[in-house]
Amino acid sequence: MATNILMPALSPTMEEGKLSKWLVKEGDTVKSGDILAEIETDKATMEFEAVDEGKIGKILVAEGTEGVKVNAPIAVLLGDGEKPGSVDISAAMKDIGAAVKAEAAPKAPARTEAPKAETPKAAPAPSGNGTRVFASPLARRIAAQKGLDIAALAGSGPRGRIVKSDVENAKPGAAKPAAAAPAAAGVAAASGFSPLPDARLFYKAGEYEEVPHDSMRKAIAKRLTAAKALIPHYYLTIDCNLTALMATREALNAAAPKGKDKVAAFKLSVNDFVVKASAMALMKHPDVNASWTDTAILKHKNADVGIAVAIPSGLITPIVFKAQNKGLADISNEVKDLATRAKDKKLKPQEYEGGGFSVSNLGMFGIKNFTSIINPPQSCIIAVGAGEERAIVVNGKIEIATMMTVTMSCDHRVVDGATGAKFLQTLKAFIEEPASMLL
Amino acid sequence: MADTFDVIVIGGGPGGYVCAIRAAQLGLKTAVVERDRLGGICLNWGCIPTKALLRSSEIWHLMHRLPEFGFSADNFKFDIGKIVARSRAVAQQLSNGVGFLMKKHKITVIAGEAKLAGKGKLTVTKDGKSADYTAKNIVLATGARARTLPGLEPDGKLIWTYREAMVPPSFPKSLLVVGSGAIGIEFASFYRTLGADVTVVEVLDRVLPVEDEEISAFAAKAFAKQGMKLKTGTTVTELKKGADNVTCTLKAKDGKTEQVTVDRVILAMGIVGNVENIGLEAAGIKVEKTHVVAGKYGETGVDGVWAIGDLVGAPWLAHKAMHEGVIVAEKIAGVKGVHPLVTANVPGCTYCWPQVASVGLTEAAAKATGRKIKVGKFPFIGNGKAIALGEADGLVKTVFDAETGELLGAHMIGAEVTELIQGYVIAKTGELTDQELSHTIFPHPTLSEMMHEAVLAADGMALHI
Repeated sequence: MATNILMPALSPTMEEGKLSKWLVKEGDTVKSGDILAEIETDKATMEFEAVDEGKIGKILVAEGTEGVKVNAPIAVLLGDGEKPGSVDISAAMKDIGAAVKAEAAPKAPARTEAPKAETPKAAPAPSGNGTRVFASPLARRIAAQKGLDIAALAGSGPRGRIVKSDVENAKPGAAKPAAAAPAAAGVAAASGFSPLPDARLFYKAGEYEEVPHDSMRKAIAKRLTAAKALIPHYYLTIDCNLTALMATREALNAAAPKGKDKVAAFKLSVNDFVVKASAMALMKHPDVNASWTDTAILKHKNADVGIAVAIPSGLITPIVFKAQNKGLADISNEVKDLATRAKDKKLKPQEYEGGGFSVSNLGMFGIKNFTSIINPPQSCIIAVGAGEERAIVVNGKIEIATMMTVTMSCDHRVVDGATGAKFLQTLKAFIEEPASMLL
Repeated sequence: MADTFDVIVIGGGPGGYVCAIRAAQLGLKTAVVERDRLGGICLNWGCIPTKALLRSSEIWHLMHRLPEFGFSADNFKFDIGKIVARSRAVAQQLSNGVGFLMKKHKITVIAGEAKLAGKGKLTVTKDGKSADYTAKNIVLATGARARTLPGLEPDGKLIWTYREAMVPPSFPKSLLVVGSGAIGIEFASFYRTLGADVTVVEVLDRVLPVEDEEISAFAAKAFAKQGMKLKTGTTVTELKKGADNVTCTLKAKDGKTEQVTVDRVILAMGIVGNVENIGLEAAGIKVEKTHVVAGKYGETGVDGVWAIGDLVGAPWLAHKAMHEGVIVAEKIAGVKGVHPLVTANVPGCTYCWPQVASVGLTEAAAKATGRKIKVGKFPFIGNGKAIALGEADGLVKTVFDAETGELLGAHMIGAEVTELIQGYVIAKTGELTDQELSHTIFPHPTLSEMMHEAVLAADGMALHI
């Protein structure tokens, strides 16, 4: 029997994606595990494998199509002995037409209208995440009364409009985590923050170049706005003396075995030590290695440490999983691999979603100290500055030492001040005396 | 080789022909089977011809008020034959119109009686000859007919159903109408306005029993003032036919009986679904209380067979059937995002004088849900346009959820309310609350301003009372 091949959800948060490339053509026979297509999400390009075997009867979505909704049919797979002509694809075609069109249509006017505005006027009120939420007045009112975030709900009304029954069937806090980030931004607007006016109102057309958002830019804007608006951040700063760490690093790197091509098996960076130290400290302070939910705090059993990686179009935070069990060389090589693949947009969602803690390092740019925005669903992130020679006072005497400033952003709902401070003490101890990580 | 279609609709009434048009619009090869006339009961023997009759009686009523508007005339009469002829012409014109619509949408019209004949198969019999058809989808839209009870059977001469009441060969001097739902009350209104002595018998304790109690009471008062005799909580125990009259035995709730002799009796005790002789049982389609059991999208549980309209559940109204026809056609075509019919948003209209229209919950039903409600009312006497029209008798009533502002129901009685109710239906369908309705600007001077006032009145904010 002919079955539709549906647009896959490559991550829990994926709603739509770009079908960037077909690797099969109509008439090809495929078996389970064959790569059918490359799908591009806001963060990564992924290969999409066949689950069933059969023959590709019809490709419904051309490669290069953007905004293909998850679960929209993208191709028809024929069973044994079926001919392409015997498949009624009209229904499937309608689905796909609707899925793609619905996405494409509303964008155009928004883009052309705004720049023309010459007199400052109220911009069409965007909710926090920049997209209008379609909901009936009654649904909005009931949601407000129940304390529900209407933007987090899926609409079952005409064109996805949120109607009374959608709100009635929802429970506070029951929204999927996937919906939480964009939803959260909606709350900001709904709870009285006036949306910012469109920046174009302040500049003359022609005096700037307009670069439309790509999907990663949208995702960054959504997630970070939500995180900063909804998570009660506070910050703890501590200085670490790197003298011992630098010596250890030099010794280990010098001793790195070389392969046939004379390339060292590893080259440890300061950051690799920081990641390892973070993992060790997290195991000692499980209260920091935790995530907030409306009903409970999730304490993670492993130290899954995210590493913020700048890539040309934005940033991404791939995760070194179970870092507590990994040696420095493993961590170092893993981070290099993740960073390389992040730049090529080849990461799988499970490699960057989740995690218990993050490390962001701008030391290589000479930044001394900065603060980061927490990367939900995590509760803490450390911002690591440059290792630099500073004059410090030791036993009443001024000495020169290589120092590094670490600032941790904490979610106060999960991590109280003293808890965060104790964690940083431990982290500092591991960094200042790397050998203690062996204990 | 049998003719093959994507969709065959059995029954060319408002549910069936609309379903066929929508299916054809969606590119499906469609046919309609009709045993009588396109347009079904609604168009030929129901909604439409009665509206034509009631228009005549309305004019008659106005003729008696000529001096009030500055006219004088005397010696005016009516000719029941011509009134009926106009009503038939209206029905004929519209039935022809449906035929034209079928042609326009390239829908095949098959004359005859259809019967399911196995999966995707259909036999249509006409004048003893039968032909076979196959269809991927079959939509049952066979409608309904008047309910009869033992001892209360129509004979077509002295004891009528709607069908005979619509084409009276002569004007009866006196009538007994059994049942005070929309059909009974419309005929009672028509005949009473033209001068017949009309008695209405209703087994329940009020006329128009599905309407809000306050509206029922308002209507009863208006009908009584017109000289209609209303006997609620009363049943008919015997109809004894004379040469040209019927002696009816009525039994009140307290057990007291009385006898009334009238020229004609009209039976309007509800409807039963046309479930016979279409092969439902053999096909395995479930029937309960003369109606097909269907899912929210008209699914019968048998693959490729759907059911809509009066054949399925209440409310038994043409516009509900039409909407179901559209839903089923879209489901068959695989249209995305088809929504099931919401019964609470189906309006009901009765074209008696004064007219009655409503949507959603009555005040009592809203209270029974246990929620806190607020009720707004506005009388026609407070409306400028109503007074200018000389139609100052009527009431508009709204029922809201006091906490959410949801419009739970709206109930109206008075001139032209059947044309007004759609405003509240849009509000309910779009889930507008009391706030949006309050902020809506209604044109002045119109009867519709009363709808605004009735919303404001729910918060004690009505302006013109």
